[in-house]
Amino acid sequence: MAMTIQQRDYATPQRRDYDTVVVGGGLLGASIAWGLARGGERVALLDEGDTAIRASRANFALVWVQSKGLGMPEYAGWTIRSSDAWAGFAAEVTDVTGLDVAFERTGGFSLCLSEREVEHRAQTLKRLHNQPGIVDYDAKMMERSEIERMLPAIGPEVVGGSFCPLDGHVNSLRLLRALHTGLAKLGAHYLPDHRVDAIAQRAGGFALMTGAGEVRAAKVVLAAGNANMTLAPMVGLKAPMRPERGQIIVTERLQPFLKHPVVTVRQTDEGTVMIGDSKEEGITPEGTNMGIAAVEADRALRMFPVLKTVNVVRTWTGVRVMTQDGFPIYDQSETHPGAFVACCHSGVTLAANHALTIAPMIAKGALDLDIVGAFSAKRF
Amino acid sequence: MFQRVGKSEASVIISVDGTRVTARAGDTVAAALLAAGLTSTRTTPISGTPRAPYCMMGVCFECLVTIDDVGNRQGCLIPVSEGMRVDTQKGKREAGR
Ligand SMILES: Cc1cc2nc3c(=O)[nH]c(=O)nc-3n(C[C@H](O)[C@H](O)[C@H](O)COP(=O)(O)OP(=O)(O)OC[C@H]3O[C@@H](n4cnc5c(N)ncnc54)[C@H](O)[C@@H]3O)c2cc1C
Ligand code: FES
Repeated sequence: MAMTIQQRDYATPQRRDYDTVVVGGGLLGASIAWGLARGGERVALLDEGDTAIRASRANFALVWVQSKGLGMPEYAGWTIRSSDAWAGFAAEVTDVTGLDVAFERTGGFSLCLSEREVEHRAQTLKRLHNQPGIVDYDAKMMERSEIERMLPAIGPEVVGGSFCPLDGHVNSLRLLRALHTGLAKLGAHYLPDHRVDAIAQRAGGFALMTGAGEVRAAKVVLAAGNANMTLAPMVGLKAPMRPERGQIIVTERLQPFLKHPVVTVRQTDEGTVMIGDSKEEGITPEGTNMGIAAVEADRALRMFPVLKTVNVVRTWTGVRVMTQDGFPIYDQSETHPGAFVACCHSGVTLAANHALTIAPMIAKGALDLDIVGAFSAKRF
Repeated sequence: MFQRVGKSEASVIISVDGTRVTARAGDTVAAALLAAGLTSTRTTPISGTPRAPYCMMGVCFECLVTIDDVGNRQGCLIPVSEGMRVDTQKGKREAGR
């Protein structure tokens, strides 16, 4: 791929003045910092330490399009834009880091275990695609016989489902690692244990107060996940959040048997099977709920009976970064020019947009409202 | 490579990759395979390199084999029984086996 990436060495590695400081080292912060650094900006990425709660370490790794955008048609278009950009972004990440993030756009399924579920699913897709202003994309209901040709392992209880050829998945832990590896190569400074406690407006920019000292930059991007709720008001912005717990089960490695990800069951590039997609209100990741795990496992077994004898090696609970209406927030401050906020669920899916679309806007100093105006927090 | 010590116990017949092997009552599958002279009992899921039982006490998972059509079983934790079918495992376990 032809790609011009500016590599930059700092004369003084301790220097504390940056073009942009990004707060939060999860997928959002790292993707945006990537985009800024590849464009030649001097970037610092401030993060908490090893024990921080990070959705970016706990997610299901889908790059997912179907069902996105019910209630906000612009979100469907935004998701497809990222899905379309993902292959190029994955190639760029490999170019810079030598790491393969295992992006695959095989098309994905949502499977139904009863006629009622089929009806409900069909209704949802219909309502989604009937919205005025929605982009037209291919997501259709499929009969069991057709699904079985693509997913021979389905069990007798699967009566139908929906399929979208745009859906895919990645290895999201490797993605986070690759972004951080690449950031170092692109000359960005990653500063862990720099939890931001306060932000002050200064001539020519901002001063961020952290436990490990002050960091100054002309622009600041808040990408601290659910913590944006408390950080955004410091620069005249808002980010109303409602964190949500999600639980995931992981099996031992198996020979490949599942060619397409299902929204609740997918086989990773390494062979393990991930089972997930539970939703529970909550802000702490402590403790897994056995009742939820049992329901997830039961549905997965009914979809794929071959999993019956497979051993589970891990389960965990993550905390989703969730805005109050579930749609992304991208905003810029009117009172504090140069301050931006970015947070969303589906930060894996949208990583390509964050690096390739949002970051260049921030580099220019203003969000392009024709593209992301719908995602302003003014809607709350 | 390994030599048995102690008095001979009652023998138990198992099959290993389709070949008849005589084990002793009380052997774990891993012990029986080592005593039968196998130097490798599986290949690893990523690089495909050969492995054999190592800790013999359930912690290292090097002894994974397929027993009676169930893959990824820890041979060092499972006693042999008459007619048991043991298969050495190539890489990752198969779904449904
Ligand atoms: C169970 C589960 C399944 C998911 N499945 C998918 C999926 O299949 N596909 C998909 O696209 N998305 C999925 N997601 C969502 C995705 O993981 C998130 O949208 C994404 O990881 C959010 O990234 P983030 O960087 O905003 O947040 P986080 O990863 O939470 O990172 C926030 C960072 O900010 C830091 N921080 C917080 N406060 C401060 C401060 N004051 N100063 C400095 N740093 C601070 C934290 O230490 C942390 O590193 C899932 C999430 C969960 C929990
Ligand atoms: S030999 Fe170590 S677990 Fe079996």
